[in-house]
Amino acid sequence: MPHDHADHPHALLPPDPALRVKALETILTRKGLIDPAALDEIIDTYQNKIGPQNGARVVAKAWTDPNFRQALLQDADPVLAELGYYGRQGEHMVVVENTAMLHNMVVCTLCSCYPWPLLGIPPGWYKSDAYRARVVREPRGVLADFGVSLPVESAVRVWDSTAEVRYMVLPMRPEGTEDMDEAALAALVSRDAMIGTALVAAPKHSPGADA
Amino acid sequence: MSRLHDMGGRIGDGAVVPEAPDAPVFETDWHARALAVTLACGALGRWNIDISRHARERLSPKDYTRFSYYEKWVSALADLLVETGVLTRADLMGQGSDDLHALASKVLKAEAVASVLAKGGPANRDSAVPVQFQPGDAVTTRHPNGNTLVKGGHTRLPNYAAGTRGKILLQHGAHVLPDSHAHGLGEAPEPLYAVVFKAAELWIHPENPEDEVVLDLWQSYLEPDLRGAS
Repeated sequence: MPHDHADHPHALLPPDPALRVKALETILTRKGLIDPAALDEIIDTYQNKIGPQNGARVVAKAWTDPNFRQALLQDADPVLAELGYYGRQGEHMVVVENTAMLHNMVVCTLCSCYPWPLLGIPPGWYKSDAYRARVVREPRGVLADFGVSLPVESAVRVWDSTAEVRYMVLPMRPEGTEDMDEAALAALVSRDAMIGTALVAAPKHSPGADA
Repeated sequence: MSRLHDMGGRIGDGAVVPEAPDAPVFETDWHARALAVTLACGALGRWNIDISRHARERLSPKDYTRFSYYEKWVSALADLLVETGVLTRADLMGQGSDDLHALASKVLKAEAVASVLAKGGPANRDSAVPVQFQPGDAVTTRHPNGNTLVKGGHTRLPNYAAGTRGKILLQHGAHVLPDSHAHGLGEAPEPLYAVVFKAAELWIHPENPEDEVVLDLWQSYLEPDLRGAS
């Protein structure tokens, strides 16, 4: 049953969203159905432990280790599991590689599917109507909103996450980073670059150049 | 036949507004609480991810439009809790009992959070449905679009890609079929593919006809395209 009816039960809760959440949390806590300490733990996990630093580490490793890169692009799940990056909303990962000829972008037009173990909770714009509606039809226009313009010869491929497979972009390694180690490279990689709405820029100063 | 969540390709939403790299993960406290309450209630085991997605999708068009993202989450959660009999309407009105609930033994405890999140919920399954397509095969997507099992039901073929010619790009193995699973009709696993579509097949005014969109689509959404894809 699709359960379509005019009187959705949620209308019985306070209309203000902050009060609506609070009311539901209170009701569920009193009945022993949720543990407020578990809620704190969930929030702490996604606020402080799991985020785009995970994906950036994977990208930097792929840039410096050709065998890792190949395995990652061929079958990401075992490779990522070995690094401890598995879990809710990242059970089936595919990593797609940007090249001079192909730029990849990721969206979920139907809801907000996103690779949580690698990138954490999606930013507001990823969940916005504007991004969901537009990026499949006007990816270059969306890139312009992010200040990115691609060379004419580069095709765009947009991945719409319509199943439980989650996608992450392996951005191009910028020139002038040959001497950088994995940790320094990871620091260059932004969350948006792993969604495909940014490129990775070369560092402004080469490391060790300052006397 | 579709709902407002199926917005891919829609015209008129305007520019995307990027966020500062150091923007907080949760814009306000209640966003964080809404996410956490929703995940914690999932652990009670009364629904699956497809049922939960469908609950957000079938918020009325008016609510879907005016609610912010996490407002949709918490409102759909309240609806699900009542529909699955976990809470009553009286509970939501603050007139219910405060006695320990029969499901309280299933409560997600703080010490179990890390392992539950790390365990995830894989959607791949063994399936008796034979694989029909190989990478490179030309296919056409279902048209008209919609859930064939349940009128007005959940489906994951967006309208913008219905009745469109594409090519099989990747085989993902067999996955749980949301059209069935969202309605308590079983997992019905079948082959899932990444299917690539040329922008010129999808849009009347593509930015660049050679650009592509890839969607993950179940085998029953697809038919062989004997004309061949462009």
